[in-house]
Amino acid sequence: MSSFQTHISPLLFLDLSLLTMLVLVAFAMLRSRQLFAVVMLSGIYSLLSAAFFVSLDAVDVAFTEAAVGAGVSTVLMLGGMLLTARREKPVTPGRAPVALAVVLATGAALIYATIDMPAFGDPHSPANSSIGQMYVDETPNDIAVPNIVTAVLASYRGFDTLGETMVIFTAGVAVILLLGIGSVRGGRRIADRDEDE
Amino acid sequence: MERLILKVTTKILFAPIILFALYVQFHGDYGPGGGFQAGVIFAVAFILHAFCFGLDETKKALPQKALIVAMVIGLMFYAGTGVATMLLGGNLLGYDAIDPASTHHAGQHYGILLVEWGVGVTVASTMLTIFYHFTGREPDIDQEDW
Repeated sequence: MSSFQTHISPLLFLDLSLLTMLVLVAFAMLRSRQLFAVVMLSGIYSLLSAAFFVSLDAVDVAFTEAAVGAGVSTVLMLGGMLLTARREKPVTPGRAPVALAVVLATGAALIYATIDMPAFGDPHSPANSSIGQMYVDETPNDIAVPNIVTAVLASYRGFDTLGETMVIFTAGVAVILLLGIGSVRGGRRIADRDEDE
Repeated sequence: MERLILKVTTKILFAPIILFALYVQFHGDYGPGGGFQAGVIFAVAFILHAFCFGLDETKKALPQKALIVAMVIGLMFYAGTGVATMLLGGNLLGYDAIDPASTHHAGQHYGILLVEWGVGVTVASTMLTIFYHFTGREPDIDQEDW
């Protein structure tokens, strides 16, 4: 184990306050039964995560989170919400001791596992030392692109990104097949039958 | 006229949003951004248009059939770049085969630009397709229905 100590800086408190707000928003989403509020809170959650990523210097991830998470998915969730009820069905409160025990045990195990993790910002941690450092060292020689994230995404791991693009394409095709044109009813708008008919 | 301020603002904002999407698309080598983010921003411009003028007006400007073609073209553009590098004698997506004589990896720059363009086209058209299909199923709702 290296003897690296996390540097206590004011930015660390910003990180901690952002993480606290994330937890609070998550609890608010759990408690709310109004779907419109839940959708808006999920947008706020994405925006807070984006701010957290900026604070960690991961601007590419933050950009994606702000555009996709806070922007488009909120809009798509609103569109999906219009197709269903505005309010979640009330849940009858009950006790589930087995589920509670499983959740508590898993949570305790996860927290116990964090003790072994490298300290925050440790330059000798596995993520920073081996392959990450290799990308930083070799990108100017191999790719000659200033943004290392783009070099990894589009060139070193171009095949992965081809797969990701295919996943997005598949999602679009699935939505077209489920909701869209080319159905037996010829893409015409027909009111869905009521359940009691 | 209904919602005049929103309509005027949308008209003013539409072109800068598209311009910003293109900036993010082509500046991905140098700063944060790339095809995924640019595609989403491009789609957001049309989603804003649909919110303000109604989905039918947006479908006149950018029909669903064109989006399906764009989805396929974007993916084939990416895969086609990989096949092209193979035909030029390199590995799949080994962009150095595009310009092997270059001393500053010009082939890598061309290759990254090409595949990012494919990603951007696919993401923008897929996001708009999903948006069209989700919001196109219900007629416009009243203000009170929220």
